Parts: sequence; C-alpha cells; structure tokens
Amino acid sequence: METLDPVLAAHPFLQGLDPRHLKVIGECASKVNFNAGEFLFREQDEATNFYLINHGRVAVEIFRARRGPVNVQTLREGEAVGWLWFGKPYHWHFDARAVQLTRALALDVKSLMERCDQDQQLGYELMKRYAHMLAVQFRVAILQLGDMYG
Amino acid sequence: MRPAASNLGDEVVLEAQALQQLLEVLSGQGYQLVGPTVRHGSLVYDRLSSLADLPRGWGDEQEGGFFRLRPLKEPAFFGYGVGQKSWKEFLYPPRHRLWSARQEDQGLQILPPDDDAIKFAFIGVHPCDLHAITIQDKVFLEGPYIDPHYQARREAAFILAVNCGHPCGTGFCVSMGTGPKAASGFDLALTEILEGEKHYFVVSVGTETGQEVISQLPQRQAQAPEREAATQAVARAAEQMGRNLDTTEIKALLYRNYENPRWDQVAARCLSCGNCTLVCPTCFCHTIEDSSDLTGELSERWRRWDVCYTVDYSYLHGGSVRATPRSRYRQWLTHKLATWIDQFGVSGCVGCGRCITWCPVAIDITAEVRAIRESELTVAAAAKE
Amino acid sequence: MLNQLTDPMLPTPYRVLKVGRETKDTFTLTLAPVQGGRGLSFAPGQFNMLYIFGVGEVPISISGDPDRTEKLVHTVRAVGAVSRAICGLKKGDTLGVRGPYGVPWPVKAAPGFDVLVIAGGLGLAPLRPAIYHLLNRRPEYGNLELIYGARTPEDLVYYRELSRWRGRFDFRVHGTVDAAKNDWRGNVGVVTNLVSRARFDPEQTMALVCGPGVMMRFTVQELVNRGLKLENIYVSLERNMKCGLGLCGHCQLGPFFVCKDGPVFPYDRVRDWFLMREV
Repeated sequence: METLDPVLAAHPFLQGLDPRHLKVIGECASKVNFNAGEFLFREQDEATNFYLINHGRVAVEIFRARRGPVNVQTLREGEAVGWLWFGKPYHWHFDARAVQLTRALALDVKSLMERCDQDQQLGYELMKRYAHMLAVQFRVAILQLGDMYG
Repeated sequence: MRPAASNLGDEVVLEAQALQQLLEVLSGQGYQLVGPTVRHGSLVYDRLSSLADLPRGWGDEQEGGFFRLRPLKEPAFFGYGVGQKSWKEFLYPPRHRLWSARQEDQGLQILPPDDDAIKFAFIGVHPCDLHAITIQDKVFLEGPYIDPHYQARREAAFILAVNCGHPCGTGFCVSMGTGPKAASGFDLALTEILEGEKHYFVVSVGTETGQEVISQLPQRQAQAPEREAATQAVARAAEQMGRNLDTTEIKALLYRNYENPRWDQVAARCLSCGNCTLVCPTCFCHTIEDSSDLTGELSERWRRWDVCYTVDYSYLHGGSVRATPRSRYRQWLTHKLATWIDQFGVSGCVGCGRCITWCPVAIDITAEVRAIRESELTVAAAAKE
Repeated sequence: MLNQLTDPMLPTPYRVLKVGRETKDTFTLTLAPVQGGRGLSFAPGQFNMLYIFGVGEVPISISGDPDRTEKLVHTVRAVGAVSRAICGLKKGDTLGVRGPYGVPWPVKAAPGFDVLVIAGGLGLAPLRPAIYHLLNRRPEYGNLELIYGARTPEDLVYYRELSRWRGRFDFRVHGTVDAAKNDWRGNVGVVTNLVSRARFDPEQTMALVCGPGVMMRFTVQELVNRGLKLENIYVSLERNMKCGLGLCGHCQLGPFFVCKDGPVFPYDRVRDWFLMREV
C-alpha cells in the first residue's frame, strides 16, 4: 500500500512534525477528491473529517433562506478546513463546497483525537497548529465583521 | 312515456331527445347553464343557451402537450374527455372583486359587495372533475375560515355528471380512484349509450333536487340490459386509460425524495409557465390585489388566481424562498400528491390528465413519480451488489 | 349582504392614536377601532393583516399587552410598499385591520416552567406580548430570562422597555449586538452565544425563539446542546401571506400553512421542513 507520509509531510499544516507523528496521523488519513459543486460537508452533518487541502478551492457557506448560499470564506491548497472535537461529536453550522476540482486528505477526527489522547506529544503538536489556524481565522473574521470599507 | 316518479338512488332511462327538455327544466328553474362547447377549435366550458351548443359528434385526442378535437362516427353528446377549462372557473372565478373602499375625511369606509351568487347548472361534469369540486369544497368550506363567495355559488349549483364511456388519452382516474364512474356528489349522473338506432342515457339520481328535475321528464326505470350497457361502457373506459399512477405510499415516497436528482432533470425542461396550475381543477392558490382608481378615492380588492411557479409567489423581503425553478416544480408536484394529503385528508390529484395535455413541454406527472420510485429501486439494487 | 362577521376578507377600520419611532426604519403604532368598542382580544404571538387604502395588506405581529386590549399595538419595519405606507401614517389616520390570526406562543402551558425568551432583531416584537403575559403573572413561573440581539445598537427596539425590564430582580435580560461604535457599553457578540450564559433547568424549561432564520436555526442548536427537548422549543416562522386565512396557499411550508398552523410551532413538529432548503 502506498504510504501517505510524503503527502502528509508536504502539507503546510503538518510542517515540521516528527516522522513518527506523521505515521500515526497517516493511520487516520485517506485521499479524497471532490468535483466542482460537491460538498465536503453540509450543515447538520457530523464533523467526521478534518480536511487538508492539497489542490483546488473550497467555499465555506451559510445558507440563507432568501439569499441562497452566502460564501463567507474560501480555502485553498495548503490550508485546512475542519473542526477537531473531543468527547461529543460536533455538528457543522456551515456547508463547505468544492468550487473547483479539489483534492484533499481527510483525517478521521475521532481516531485522530484518540491517538492524541494516547500520545500527548502528538496532541500538543497538533493543537499548536490548530490553535494558530483558529486564531488567524478568528482575526480574519473580526476584520470582515468590522467592515473596513464602511 | 309519461313522467314517472323516481327515487333517490334509482337508475332510470332518458331518451337522447329528452336532453333538450332537461336543459329547459333547469333554465326554467333559474339556473345558468354551463357546459362543454367548442370555441376556437378547442373544448371549453361556457354558457349554454341550448342543446345545440354542446359539441355533439365530437371527440378528442390528447397526449402530452397535444389536444385536438376529432369528429366521431356517432352523434354522441358527451363523446370527449376534459378540455383545458374546469368547473373551478365558475365556482371560484379567475378574477373576483371582494370589496371596495373609500378614503373619506372621517376615515376609511369599507364597502362590502352586493350579493352576486349565480345559480349554475353544470352540464356534463366528468367524475374526475366531480371529485375536484369536492376537493375544493374541503379547501374553501372546511377550514377554520370559509370563503363565502365560493360557498354561495357552490350551494346553489346543480351538477349533471356524465360517466365516461370512452378512455381519455392522458387521464388516470382509475389510479386516483376518481372515475370513470361518478359514485356520489352529483344531482344526476348520465351514462350515454349509443347502440345502432338506440340513443339514450342511463341516469342515476343522486339528490332530491335531481329527483325533482328528472321527474318532470319522460323517463322510465332502467332495464337490466340498459344498466348492463352502462356498466360495460364504463368498464371499457377503465381498461383503456392513457396513464396510470402508482399511489402506493406516495406521500412517504415523495417526503423522502426532496433531494432526488430527478428534480434537476425535470427543472431543465419546465418553463415555469404555470399552465398546469391554471388547467388543474383542484389548484386553489390565489393572490389578493388592492388597487385604486385614477382619482385615488375608490379602491378595490380583487382575488386573482395565482401560480406557484412565479418567483414572486414565495417572495419575502430580501428574496424568494423558492428561488430556483427546480424548487418550484418540486413544490407543485409534492403539494399536489403529498402535502395535500396531510392538509386535506385526500390527494390533490384527480387524474384528469390536464397537466400532461396542456404542458407545452409535455411534462408528465405520472412519469415523474414513476422515475422517482424507480430511482429508489436502482439505489437499492446497487446497494445489494 | 356580507359583513366582517360573515366575510373574513373584510377589514375593520382602526384609527392611529400614536406613532413612536423605534429605529430608523421601524415604528410602533397604537391603534383603536373607529367604531369604538372593547378592542381586539388576542393571544401573544398572533398577527393581524393591516390594510392601507389603495396600497395593500401585510401580516404584522401584534406587539402590545394582551391583558390591555383597549389599544392595539403593532411594530412595523418599512421594507416594502405597504409597510412603508404604514410607517408613514400619522395620528388620526385610518387603516384596515383583519384578525387576529395564527397559533400563539404556548404561554397558557408555561406555568411551572422556566421560560427562556430569545429574540433577534425585530423578532422581539411578536415576543413582547408573551413577555407581558408572563410578567403580568410572574409568580406562576420559575426563572424568566430574555436574550436579545441585533445587528447594531441602533437596531435595538423597545430600548426604554429593555432598561426597565433589566431593572427587575425577577427577570434577567441579556443583550448583545454584532457590532457597535465605541460609545456602546453593552455586549458585542452574536446572540446565539448568550444562550450559554442563561440559567435554566433543561428539564423544566420552555424556550420561545423568534428572529431571522439563521439565528433561529443556530439558537435552537445551542438550546439542544444544553439539553432542551425539541418539543419545549417554540419558533415563530415567517412566510409570504396574502389572506391570513389558510385559503390562498402562499404561506405554505411543506404541509403547514404558516398563517393557520403557525406562525408559532413547537420545534419538533416543524424541524424537518424548517431545515429543508427552498421548500
């Protein structure tokens, strides 16, 4: 079986991770493809996977009854979209739709988090990256909300 | 033959030539006769002044997106199916003024309308359309609010039903349990029989009003062969229906298929023209329009038939809930066959076939349901492999 | 000859007694029947069809006190031709009223419960009669909390009343706006987040929720996360309405006519249809 390690190692989200951690993450990973228009996940779905995007573009959307889907964020290769939950599964508030052909690595959140519980060093490394990603997204969201243009 | 007393539930025979007399009895009682007639090469329902207005000797050929009158070999009075009009045009007119209002110094004056209930006698109501009338009764007369305009016309209406002795091209009344024989809801129901020299009607008496009318005409008890002829005529029609619709658990089927790709397929064809809603005898959606005259002193409120295929129909400030044609076709079909059952306890479809005949692109409601049902079998089969 | 009792499409003339401005495009009108009489008896959450001569009619929730019916109160936002005309009315003008219609908030079933009222934007208007009803009978309920959010401070309605309610010891009021200028001293953040701050026993709580669709969807999710049962969560839905009587078909949401089967629904009843798109 072809190993995903090199693909994983190449993704910026996992940059600098120890090879043995990459191997563990690889046990939860699979390659996925989405055609343009296909959904990575939809509102109400369980957040089963955390996606590392290798190619393409994903739009995060909120569906408004009269406006239709409102695109609030797009993510490209090198970025990630997902929710790392512990304990009870998280259910999505938004949709994520592939805008063009998108190739990604899907990390199964439940098994990933179980492995983090077993190997706390792995957990710490992952959480550092996740926290950074969230902080940046949060800052971006605040800027959007603050309406720089008004 | 002398006029003989007839009883409710009786079957009597009326000779064909007595039909004119029947119409005269009804006119004499103050009924406005409305029935099938030919107009611009098509079959409509309109005011009848005499027997001569009926499309005697005419039949019809109907398919998806196709309607033609065809001459019959026999001089039948009722040898055709249903045309683009239905009886709802008279009980629930396409445009109806509800009231007017004046704006005066002392304020708003609302002026209720004068009584305008017309006594209609509907001549030649097919069983599917008879069911459609009883379905609209549920809508307008059995909810928490009653429409008094519909009520007045409906209570005054006389119904002369006509059982179908020949199949219709796009109908599926047998599937929907609405025909080809009228079971109830009529004052009188006729089955037309032409056998060689003989031309007569086997008449069922449905109400005391019907009984009172028929007893003024020369009629006699129906004999067994005559009753048999009527039964055979209807049975022939039932066997040769142009379409069928499997209604097995149809509500559950449609409720779980709101995201079926079939909706995209039909949306690619549907023009959102709304013809289906206009010809459908049970569609009841309407809009309310307030307008004023040029002086600005008098305003009127009109009720007008509306069409759920328009973008406006579901508009709420900010946009329309059903923004895509796909969602609007889905709304029409699922309302007609599924949510209607939860709303009114019966299906909204009577199997008259009009929506199939009068769709410019020949979308067929029976084919759409069949496709959705079959798509589930395909998925199930694939899952087994 | 038909009259208002026999023809449900005939409006009754009402006169404007007072017009108060809530926000730049939202006004509260106080009305009384032109013919005099006892005024309109209604249940909290119901709406009337308001008619402007020559312009048209729109459904507007009643926003006044259901225990004080001598005056009829409506809060209207100017978003279309008719609502703009209503907001342009002056004291002494007349308009037509038909109603009240609709299924109300289940305040009659609330005694013994904690009640959580959650409003977004103008959603506070159809909830205000429920709040009045509950405050008028305060001892019958457990905890009573209001969570209210709007886009900006300028979009908050009933501002003075909110301050009065906040001053009570038996009614907790939490408010927030999405964004504000720096002279705002209240919370900034989305209303759905405030649910975590509310105090209630999920076994004995009834939630009344009204606001934009997205807000209701996510608020309900938060409530469910805190253990509230779907049948104890009530939402008020909005649809295009022409007749208000369940006859014209416009307000349908799946099998429901929002005007007569709603606008208030227990969430478990309407959830599947509410979450479907373009239905």
